[in-house]
Amino acid sequence: MTSASETIAIADTLPAHAGIGDFIRRHPTVVIGCSLLLAIVIASIAAPWLGTVDPISIDPSHRLQSPSAEHWFGTDRFGRDLYSRVLYGGRISLIVGLSVAALATIIGLAIGLISGYLRAVDAVVMRVMDGMMAIPAIMLAIALIALSKASVLIVIIAVALPEIPRVVRLVRAIVLTIREQPYIEAATATGTSLPRILLRHLLPNALPPLIVQSTYICASAVLIEAALSFLGAGTPPEVPSWGNIMAEARPYFQLKPMMVLLPGIFLAVTVLAINLVGDGLRDMLDPRLARKM
Amino acid sequence: MTPPVLEVSDLRTHFFTRDGVVKAVDGVSLSLARGETLGVVGESGCGKSITALSILRLVPAPPGRIVAGSVRFDGAELLELEPAAMRAIRGNRISMIFQEPMTSLNPVMTVGRQIAETVALHQHLPRRAAMDRAVEMLALVRIPDTRRRAAEYPHQLSGGMRQRVMIAIAMACTPTILIADEPTTALDVTIQAQILELMLDMKERTGAAVMLITHDLGVIAETAQRVVVMYAGRKVEEASAKALFAQPRHPYTRGLMTSIPRLNRDADESARATRLTEIPGMVPALINLAPGCTYAPRCAYATEQCRLAFPPEVEAAPGHFVACWNAASLPELVRA
Repeated sequence: MTSASETIAIADTLPAHAGIGDFIRRHPTVVIGCSLLLAIVIASIAAPWLGTVDPISIDPSHRLQSPSAEHWFGTDRFGRDLYSRVLYGGRISLIVGLSVAALATIIGLAIGLISGYLRAVDAVVMRVMDGMMAIPAIMLAIALIALSKASVLIVIIAVALPEIPRVVRLVRAIVLTIREQPYIEAATATGTSLPRILLRHLLPNALPPLIVQSTYICASAVLIEAALSFLGAGTPPEVPSWGNIMAEARPYFQLKPMMVLLPGIFLAVTVLAINLVGDGLRDMLDPRLARKM
Repeated sequence: MTPPVLEVSDLRTHFFTRDGVVKAVDGVSLSLARGETLGVVGESGCGKSITALSILRLVPAPPGRIVAGSVRFDGAELLELEPAAMRAIRGNRISMIFQEPMTSLNPVMTVGRQIAETVALHQHLPRRAAMDRAVEMLALVRIPDTRRRAAEYPHQLSGGMRQRVMIAIAMACTPTILIADEPTTALDVTIQAQILELMLDMKERTGAAVMLITHDLGVIAETAQRVVVMYAGRKVEEASAKALFAQPRHPYTRGLMTSIPRLNRDADESARATRLTEIPGMVPALINLAPGCTYAPRCAYATEQCRLAFPPEVEAAPGHFVACWNAASLPELVRA
């Protein structure tokens, strides 16, 4: 038999379990992005134990203070502790970012898979998606929030909705190329049913680019939420979020620039971290973009 | 004689394209007896693969459609089955091996799971039992170190090994019929022989009938009992392999045979270095075909009659069918 020697498993020739140091050297962006993101996530989740006070308790006698030992980031126009507000505000941004990414990805994935595989559905669905893409996210959010009471859920729906067609397009394009692959024909020839082909054969092959796309959606959702809150069309004013902290601080920008800058820095670092993770994942998951070793 | 397990009659599969109707398969009839190996030969684009895909109802539709004919399998009319019933036959009672072993396996699933999936699907076995069966199948197709190989992904296997895995998937449910669509075309010559041998061995073990589609007459000579020669969507000749190679009766079959270089010539004969014959021209585009014999434009023996109507199939000798107006008057084949 020649078959034993005819193949040398490629996996065996690569270092199978390289050390952590090796991983950091190979994928620095993922490591940096993940560390930053992890720090922000921990800070928002563990906010109650990180020396914060109630972020909505007002103290008019100590308003518009500069950073001090008592108020690390100073206080806002109602005397609320800015440090506490920024940490608690991170929760909203992260919840919105993750929920939007999850919602848009799952719905977009389902529609994209079916649309890419069934030609009859495709023609109709893609026209609807084209229509949805024509609606700017911020306009749609403002309209939805004008129709109902401002709440985090409405913000999530409003931001996720315009992202869905982008996911659908991506998934559909991937499915269109994969469905012509002989292994899909081979699977059909072994009697595999349509749902099984979609879930077992098409979905796993479509995942890598989709995961990358979700991270970008997450980052852009964090930004859009901030923009909406800044415009007063997002998170209700009683809930602190980076966007509405900045919005409330805007009139005092010349007096206390830190009030705008601090939540802004958190926002920027978060978005940067998510994008770094996304870029790193793309390099890791797509061999064509991988750097030469 | 036992009734054939598969009987295709007057199968017509047409593709409705913007430029017109492509008659990829136009009135093909063939039958397959239990345990028999039937070779289907012809050039690229002559409808061999589409015939196979039509049997399993895998023709991409649209644009393809089976417009007429019948495919009887074990007493049932496949062309009238419900999709679910058809799925229960595919991969279970009739399975197929494709030409491209490099891309016929899902790259993100281990080969063991791909075999197990087919088994679980048709035999309703629990996961673990299906996996055991998969490992067993890998051993049957002579893949060494089966436990480890079962956990590997297709990219970790060579082309020959992948085709072995494809055979394992196809044979896992001990099908009644195995359709092999150019199973060795994409492989190295040395591996080709191994794969063929393996396929025939598996056929012997399970008693399956094999429909072997190829353009390689050498492969047919080694393996098939009966041969169907196709040209431009039609069957032009059908005979036992022995009779076909001894006395091909259709000009096209003759053309195919004389265009193969021979290695076993006598030394003084090869010194004369006769030029290899060829079939002039190209396979016609199967779109808007002129009436008459599709082979007529390339045929050295074509007459006026050939250009007017397609010749009916006649039994030139017992079990030897040929569709040619001039089959009886062709000169004796002189072998180079």
